[in-house]
Amino acid sequence: MGALAAPRPSLLRPGWLRPYRYFAFRYKRTWRGTVTSSILYPILYLLAMGLGLGHLVNSHLHAVDQTGRLGGVGYVQFLAPGLLVASAMQWGTNESMYPVMGGLKWLKTYHALLATPVRVRDLVSGHLAWVATRVGGASALFLAVLAVFGDVPSPLGVLAVLVAVLTGLAFAGPVAAFTATQENDAALPVLYRLGTVPLFLFSGTFFPIAQLPGWLQVVARATPLYHGVALSRALVLGRVSAPAALAHASYLVAMATLGAWAARRTFTRRLVV
Amino acid sequence: MQHAEARQEDLSASREGRGRPATRDEVVVARHLEKRFGDFVAVDGIDFSVERGEVFGFLGPNGAGKTSTMRMVSCLSPVSGGELSVLGMEPNAHGPEIRRRLGLVPQDDTLDLELSVRDNLYLYGRYFDLPRREVRQRVERLLEFAHLSEKGDEEVDNLSGGMKRRLTIARALISEPELVILDEPTTGLDPQARHLLWDRLYRLKQEGVTLVITTHYMDEAEQLCDRLVVMDKGKIVAAGSPRQLIDTYSTREVAELRFGVDENAAAAERLAELAARVEVLPDRVLLYTDDGDEALRAALGLGLRPEASLVRRSSLEDVFLRLTGRSLVD
Amino acid sequence: MTVRPVFERSSVLSLRVLPPALLGRGMARRLVERNVIAYRRRWWILATGFFEPFFYLLSIGLGLGHLVGRLHLDGRLVAYAAYVAPGLLASSAMNGALFDSTFNVFFKLKIAKSYDAVLATPVEVGDIALGEVTWSLLRGAIYSFAFMCVMAAMGLVLSGWAVLCFGAATLVSFAFAGIGMGATCYMRSWQDFDYVSMASIPMFLFSAVFYPLSVYPGWLQVVVSLTPLYQGVDMIRELDAGLLTPALALHAGYLFALGLAGMAVAARRLGALLRP
Repeated sequence: MGALAAPRPSLLRPGWLRPYRYFAFRYKRTWRGTVTSSILYPILYLLAMGLGLGHLVNSHLHAVDQTGRLGGVGYVQFLAPGLLVASAMQWGTNESMYPVMGGLKWLKTYHALLATPVRVRDLVSGHLAWVATRVGGASALFLAVLAVFGDVPSPLGVLAVLVAVLTGLAFAGPVAAFTATQENDAALPVLYRLGTVPLFLFSGTFFPIAQLPGWLQVVARATPLYHGVALSRALVLGRVSAPAALAHASYLVAMATLGAWAARRTFTRRLVV
Repeated sequence: MQHAEARQEDLSASREGRGRPATRDEVVVARHLEKRFGDFVAVDGIDFSVERGEVFGFLGPNGAGKTSTMRMVSCLSPVSGGELSVLGMEPNAHGPEIRRRLGLVPQDDTLDLELSVRDNLYLYGRYFDLPRREVRQRVERLLEFAHLSEKGDEEVDNLSGGMKRRLTIARALISEPELVILDEPTTGLDPQARHLLWDRLYRLKQEGVTLVITTHYMDEAEQLCDRLVVMDKGKIVAAGSPRQLIDTYSTREVAELRFGVDENAAAAERLAELAARVEVLPDRVLLYTDDGDEALRAALGLGLRPEASLVRRSSLEDVFLRLTGRSLVD
Repeated sequence: MTVRPVFERSSVLSLRVLPPALLGRGMARRLVERNVIAYRRRWWILATGFFEPFFYLLSIGLGLGHLVGRLHLDGRLVAYAAYVAPGLLASSAMNGALFDSTFNVFFKLKIAKSYDAVLATPVEVGDIALGEVTWSLLRGAIYSFAFMCVMAAMGLVLSGWAVLCFGAATLVSFAFAGIGMGATCYMRSWQDFDYVSMASIPMFLFSAVFYPLSVYPGWLQVVVSLTPLYQGVDMIRELDAGLLTPALALHAGYLFALGLAGMAVAARRLGALLRP
C-alpha cells in the first residue's frame, strides 16, 4: 500500500501540479481556436481603435493643441499597453466562467480529479496557475507584436507581461469563486455584460479616466483593471514612479490573493459535500 | 408480478377466443416497409398491422431497426420504400394531420431544459394549437396522472430519470391522442420507476388508447404487449402474442445450469439427451424441456455437479435466443 | 405532350413544397410563445442585453469622443457621439440576432434536442425556422427601441427621419438572424462558434461603426462597403441624418435578400437534419 500511495506534495512536486498538468493536457486539443481568439482580437482592436479611430484622435488633439491629454504620445501608444491588460482581464475572466462551470457541472472533471489524491486547494491553485500560464503566454505574444511595431518604447515594458498575469489572476480568482456558487450558467453572461464590459470600457484603457465625471473616476480607481492599465502604461512608456507602481502592484496582488482564498472556500463548499 | 402474468394470459386468451373479426380497425398498417440511410438498410421490408385498442410491441436488440420504424410511423422520418398507413393516412403526404392525433415518447426525452415542468406540458399543448384554457386544465390533470403535481414549477433539469420519463409520457398525452408510440419507455430506469410507469401505461390501455412500444426488455414486452413482433437486423423474425411466441419457439420450462466458465461446453455435450434442446451460453447451459425439475434431477443423476442451477418458465428471451442465436441485451 | 407535364410538375412542386418548407404552416408564433415563456423567468438575461451598446455609447461615444472632436457627416459637423450612435445601433442589432440564431438555436438543435420534440407535433420545420427568426427580430426590436430612446434623451438624434432607424435596425437583425440560422445548421460542435466571432468581431471593428470609411485606402473601402454590417450602419446613419438617397433601397434590398437566403438554407438543411 505504502509503495502505491501517491507521493506527498513537496516543494519540488507541489499539489497543484497534477491538476495543472491535466488542464495543460486538455488544452492541447483546443489551442488552435483559443490562439485566434486570444491573440487576433486584441490586435484587431488595436488596429481599429488605435489606427482607425486613433487617426481622428491624433489629428483632433493636434488641431486643438492638446496632445498633452494623452501624455504626449500618439493614440496607439496610449491604447496598446491598456489593451494588453484589458485583454488579460478578459482571458482571466473567461477561463474562470464556462471552463469552471464545465468542470463543476457539465463534464464533472473536477469531481474526477478529486477522486484522486488531488485536494480542493490543489485544484484551485492548479486552475489559477494554468490561467497565469495562459495569460502570460498570450500577453507575451501580444507585447512582442507591439514591440515589432515600435509601440514599446521602454525596456521596462517587458514587465508589463507580469502586470498582465497579475491582473488576469486578480479577476480569475474572484470570478472562479463566483462561478462555483452558481447552479447553472444563466448568470455568467450577465456578469460579462454588467462586469467585464463596463470595466473594459471605463477603466482608462481607451481614454484617460480624467474624461469621466468625478464620481465615476472614484469608481474606476477602485477597480483592479484601472491599476493594471496604469501600471502597464507606465512601464511600457517608461514613466514609472516607484510609489505609484508599488501601490498599483500591491492592489493587484491583494485582489489576486483574496480571489484565490474566496475560490478555495466556494469550491470546497460546492465539491466537498 | 404473478397478478400481471395471469392478466396477460387472460388477455391473449380472450383475443384468440374472439378470433380475428372481418372488419378490423387497423390503426397502423405496413407493407414491405423500408428505411434506408444511404447504403445502410435500417428497416428491411417489414409487414405488420396494429389494431385499435391493443398494445403492440417491437422487441429486439439495439440496432434492430425499431427506432427507425417508430420514427416513420410517427411521421418524423420519411418512408424510403413500401407502404405505410397511419390512422388511415399516408405519412409522407399527411404528416401534420397524423401527428395531430398521435403522441410520441421518444427514446431521448428531448424535454425543453429551459422551461419548468408545467411549461413543458403547456407549450407542447400549444404546439397542437389547443386553446390556452383547455391546455391549462389538461396540464393539471396530466401532472396528477404522471405523479408530478408537486414538481410543476421545478426546472426539468432537477428531475430524476423516472420523473423525466413520466413527464415525457404526460407530454405525449396532452393532445389526447388515439395512438401513442413509446420508444424504449423504461430504458435506464430503476425497477420501482419501471413498475410505476407500466401502471400508467395499463391505465392508458384501459381508456382505449392504442399503444405501440419498442423495447429490448423481454419482461417489459411480456408484461405490456397483447401482440408483438420480434425484430433483428431490420427484419421481423416472428410475430404473435407473447404466449403464442413462447409456445411456438420454446418449451414450457428451462433449466439453467452453471458449471464454471470453461466447463459449460463439456457439460452440455453430456446433457444433450436430457432436453428437447440445449443452448450453451458463455456463463451457463440452458436445457429446454417441459419439465425443468425432472431434467435437473436427470442431470444430477449423470453425476454432474453444477455450481448453481435454477428452473424457470420460458420467456421471450428464450424465443429471441432460439430465433437469432443471440441474447437480447448484450 | 412530353414537355408540358414536366413543366407543370415543377411549378406545382415549387408552389406546394416551397412555402411550407420556408414559411411553415402558420405555427411559427408557437415558437415565439415558447421563447416568451422561457424568458419570463429570466427576464434579467434579456434586460442586460441592452447595456452593452449603451456602455459603448458612453465610453467610446462620449469619453473617447472628447478626444475625437466633431466629425463631418455630409456637410454637417456633428459630435462624435452622434456619429457613432447609429453604428452602435446597427452592430447591436447584428450581435443580438447572431447570438439568438447561433448559440441558442444550436443548443436546442444539438444539445437539448428540443426541436425533435416540437416536430412530433403538427409544427413543421419551416415553422421552427420562421419562429426562431421572428423571435430574434422581436428581441432585437426591443433593444433597438430602448437604444433609440437613449439616443433621443442624450440629444444624439439628428433628424425626424430617425424614427425609420427602428425599421432599419430590424432589417439588420433579419439579415443576421437568417445568416446565423443558416450557418448554425452546418455547425458540428461549440468549437465551430469561433467562426461566428471571427466574422462578427472584425465586422464590428472595421465596418465604419467607429470612424468613416475615408480612413481606409480605396480598395479596402470597397471590401468593407460590401459587408452586411457596413450596409446596415450606412443605412441607419443616413436615415438618422435625414439623408434619403436611393442607396437606402440598395442597402435594404441587400440585407433583405441576405436574410431570406439564410432562412432558405436553414429551412432546407433543418429538414435534412431533423427528418433524416
